[in-house]
Amino acid sequence: MSAEGKLNELTAHELSGLLGTGQVSAREVLAAVYGRIDEIESEMHAYVLLTREVAEQQATEIDERRARKEKMPPLAGVPLALKDIYCTKGIETTCCSKILKGFVPPYDADVVERCRRNGLVFVGKTNMDEFAMGSSTENSAFGVTRNPWNLDRVPGGSSGGSAAAVASSEAVVAMGTDTGGSIRQPASFCGVVGLKPTYGRVSRYGVIAFASSLDQVGPIAKDVRDCALMMNVLAGHDARDSTSIDAPVPDYTQALVGDLRGLRIGLVKEFMQYQGRSVDEDVSLAINGALARFGELGAECEEVSLPHLNYSIPVYYIIAPAEASSNLARYDGVQYGHRTPGADADIVEMYSRTRDEGFGAEVKRRIMLGTYALSAGYYDAYYLKASQVRTLIRRDFDQAFERFDVLVGATSPTVAFRLGEKTDDPLAMYLSDVCTIPVNMGGLPGMSIPCGFSADGMPIGLQLVGKPLAEEVLLRAAYAFEQSTDCHQRRARPVSEADGRRSAVARAGHDSA
Amino acid sequence: MRLTPKEVEHVALLARLRLTGEERERFTTQLNSILEHFEQLQQIDTSGVPPMSHAVPMSNVLREDEPAPPLSLGEALQNAPDQDRDCFRVPRVIE
Repeated sequence: MSAEGKLNELTAHELSGLLGTGQVSAREVLAAVYGRIDEIESEMHAYVLLTREVAEQQATEIDERRARKEKMPPLAGVPLALKDIYCTKGIETTCCSKILKGFVPPYDADVVERCRRNGLVFVGKTNMDEFAMGSSTENSAFGVTRNPWNLDRVPGGSSGGSAAAVASSEAVVAMGTDTGGSIRQPASFCGVVGLKPTYGRVSRYGVIAFASSLDQVGPIAKDVRDCALMMNVLAGHDARDSTSIDAPVPDYTQALVGDLRGLRIGLVKEFMQYQGRSVDEDVSLAINGALARFGELGAECEEVSLPHLNYSIPVYYIIAPAEASSNLARYDGVQYGHRTPGADADIVEMYSRTRDEGFGAEVKRRIMLGTYALSAGYYDAYYLKASQVRTLIRRDFDQAFERFDVLVGATSPTVAFRLGEKTDDPLAMYLSDVCTIPVNMGGLPGMSIPCGFSADGMPIGLQLVGKPLAEEVLLRAAYAFEQSTDCHQRRARPVSEADGRRSAVARAGHDSA
Repeated sequence: MRLTPKEVEHVALLARLRLTGEERERFTTQLNSILEHFEQLQQIDTSGVPPMSHAVPMSNVLREDEPAPPLSLGEALQNAPDQDRDCFRVPRVIE
């Protein structure tokens, strides 16, 4: 802890202690984070915008308030990375789309307000798939982000920049959003912890909409305790989001008790094989190992089948694009964002050329798919049918939760794949979300925590799913598991396969890399 | 084939996207392959199953009708690609 360069590798709860007692200042912590960014960001590209001036001002203010002996919230002074999907007042917000280049929101998202109130320091805006549509962050209009464990691999997506920033200690905590797995899958690929809360637990006000019945906001962190601390900041009712749940917010850290006696855990068969195709062998081994560990910790474990989960991909890729085609109709070159110059003769011509120029290929593909699924003559066959099967998926979950407190399985069928591997095959890319999508269909809380490594050194994620508003149960199970392994203590050292070396893995604080 | 290039063109018009010829060809192939994958949903018996449009059973969320300060004119217009006399400016829509 003496060397400033290592402060960025600490967790938020470790930093909270050091900041609270005055052993380190918010400015020192921030300098360590920017030091790391100066060192590796040119290779990683986790961020699309660094907000150094804002961050330095915030950190200075925190230090001054502490010097005046003001009582500060637990995370005051902790550097945070924000996915570029959150409206940030006075700070450019693009959703990594050309159509929003230059957009400066006149207001903050609810969660951004909450983070400001809690003294989190805004390092920058992170890279993502355009409008959160993608599973690899390769659909960003502003370049690809690399996986800190292996620079030739994707970080996952759509919150790939946030997961990569936390995993490479370019931020201490980060915010993501999850419509079909966009927090959990990148957390899994980058070896960090990600939590998608229950739909409605966290406000979506000021979060650029993709599929409004599925989108949810959540944290990406280095360990489970940081995740719980972030939930204390984020959760709560907001009248500006009509889907926000008005339920009491617990202190999530109270759930971190390390005891699993009596907890009933179900291993979901469909999280381990989709339509007969099994997850990768390394993944399967790690998940089964985790299940055995849960048993040792006192939980009762059993396998369970939720048969309608076998249809999640078609259901999701009808419902999400349908909602997206409607949500993205607002980008018309009138109130904000890009407008194609010289198309002023005719309004339809202006809309159409603006949108064709402003949107990337995947966004257009999904707008097309959604528009088709909702169009006259096809609505019943696609959208209505998918919405009915969505009911069956939720019923499968409800039935399973009569017998189990937590459902587990793989977060993703594979570890992080190679850059470019799936960009020409949209369907193959869609299939990488097969384990995470059903959770959004049900509006349930889901989490991914590191549970092992593949033979080639890539992190593997364990997914945990709970009943509505049972984030505490997930955190309890995740924490007990985490404390029994050292997966969360390993830190990525970005190297490329081209260097002829495997990803170097070192325990935090005990390395010289 | 479920979707012809002509239908793709029609959907693009509905979605206000002016696709290039190359995009139209590519989307026709890709959308057809995706729609083919979706065909399996037809095997499921959903008779009598209500559609689910939302995960949380909530309806008619009301609040007090209290005035609050709105965005200022300047803030509302600050991101407009084109504006004139405190209005968003668009191509002529009325002859």
